[in-house]
Amino acid sequence: MFDFALTGKLLGFDFVQTALLAAGVLGLVAGLLGPLIVARRMSFAVHGTAELAFTGAAGALLVGVTVGYGALAGAVIAALLLGVLGGRESDRDSVIGVILSFGLGVGVLLLTFYDGRTANKFGLLIGQIVAIDPGDLTVLIIASVVVIVALALIYRPLLFASVDPVVAVARGVPTRLLTLVFAVLVGIATALGVQIVGSLLVVALMVTPAAAAARVTASPWKATVLAVVFAEVAALGGIVLSLAPGKPVSAFVTAISFAIYVVCRLIAFMRDRGRKVSAADAAPVPS
Amino acid sequence: MAVSPVEIRAGVLAFGNRTLWSGLDLEVEPGEFLAVLGPNGSGKTSLLKVLLGLQRLSGGSVRIVGRAPGSANARIGYIPQQRAMQDGLMLRGVDLVGLGLDGHRWGTGLFGIRERRRRVAEAIEAVGAGAYANAPVGRLSGGEQQRLRVAQALVGEPDVLFCDEPLLSLDIAHQRAVSELIDRRRREAGTAVLFVTHELNPVLSYVDRVLYLVNGQFRIGKPDDVMNSKTLSELYRAKVEVLRIGGQIHIAGARSAVCEDEPHHLDDHEYQHQRV
Repeated sequence: MFDFALTGKLLGFDFVQTALLAAGVLGLVAGLLGPLIVARRMSFAVHGTAELAFTGAAGALLVGVTVGYGALAGAVIAALLLGVLGGRESDRDSVIGVILSFGLGVGVLLLTFYDGRTANKFGLLIGQIVAIDPGDLTVLIIASVVVIVALALIYRPLLFASVDPVVAVARGVPTRLLTLVFAVLVGIATALGVQIVGSLLVVALMVTPAAAAARVTASPWKATVLAVVFAEVAALGGIVLSLAPGKPVSAFVTAISFAIYVVCRLIAFMRDRGRKVSAADAAPVPS
Repeated sequence: MAVSPVEIRAGVLAFGNRTLWSGLDLEVEPGEFLAVLGPNGSGKTSLLKVLLGLQRLSGGSVRIVGRAPGSANARIGYIPQQRAMQDGLMLRGVDLVGLGLDGHRWGTGLFGIRERRRRVAEAIEAVGAGAYANAPVGRLSGGEQQRLRVAQALVGEPDVLFCDEPLLSLDIAHQRAVSELIDRRRREAGTAVLFVTHELNPVLSYVDRVLYLVNGQFRIGKPDDVMNSKTLSELYRAKVEVLRIGGQIHIAGARSAVCEDEPHHLDDHEYQHQRV
């Protein structure tokens, strides 16, 4: 199934290299955002945003606009909606569920009006990275640079608001504004991910690598570096592995991502067990 | 001449037709330790919110280090109640303290990281939390977390320190350790301390003045001038007896008055009681 000669040959093609570049950029953005998404417990929000990116992309497909712009519009609108409506922790979960299902329904309806290639429709859901054209790539890179620069500007207060909201508010951090800005950044990144791994599987790049990193380190910096590495391995590795078998990229991306997560959980488990045993040895006999 | 860290003039706070307090004049001096006491629902937390600029006064004026509340928060140190932190929270003690230093600033903080590390290490050293500062905060005990909270609040060299029940759910040894650290700061650096608490006794020896809020009434004064049977009976409009036992203050009397020694988990119950 994994024919190295064929893989090597395919790697020489322009469209494959474009795909690798796109995946590399997306892996970087996803890895940078991931730890904050995990700390803010936004996995479900990412999923909801991705479904609305799908709706936007389906709309774009129908009216004949670049799919990337449609996905971007859908995801940013979704992010703002979730940010505004889901302000209260108790509401957030259900608000996402409500918006997600409605958006997905609209997207499905839009697709039935589209008479183009079926592969395009399916691609929105599970990704079709090899179909990325140079125009999409330009959008992807510009959007990624915007996200990374914006993230760098708000990084410290955003981290503060994410992990220690009570004190952050007391110290004058504008937590509500940051919530909205971050939601938009996540929306942009999600929209980019939709084109590569598809809206159903974008969580595998946005959340899973960071969740794995959070298992093995409590340092925000280390977690970010690890999340970027994990996301790159999953995104690039997924493309390379998918070449020879000719199967969907997203299947391999999600599989690698999941494997990394499992390994990180195992590492954390072994380490904690070791710690408990040594702590029990060192502790005096309880009275 | 240093400006007053906290200054409230004729402060009024009301929600709808319920007035929490009115005519509140309060000026906290640099280095002063002010304890804010009172039953739940008396407006202690709301007072903190006003001072942090999160809640507007219904009347009167308030200044924090000479500025409008909300515009000087970077000069405020804040110690919250100890709360259970998630076990998997992506945060170590050093990160928690570091956020207290510059978490409110824009940017990534990669420049000047050496200076930052030094100041964070100093602050952690000062509270004696070095042994566990690199562990995930979610795995620390409540007492260890509160020590780090003190370092987090002090690392930015604040002019004023707001403490919202920082001793809650700590054992006596940690209560003492944390209050000593706060007291040392105000003596050494002249930081004003506004300490909201249910229990006065753990900090009684440090307290300069008490602000006691009850049902829209309040008294400000030295502990002995406020914490006596006559004053508290007036405040609660019920017979309250204040007993001094071994340097501690105990309050006996109408059930609603026994706020000092009420265990915290009874608060909601007590609150219901008082509003009836």
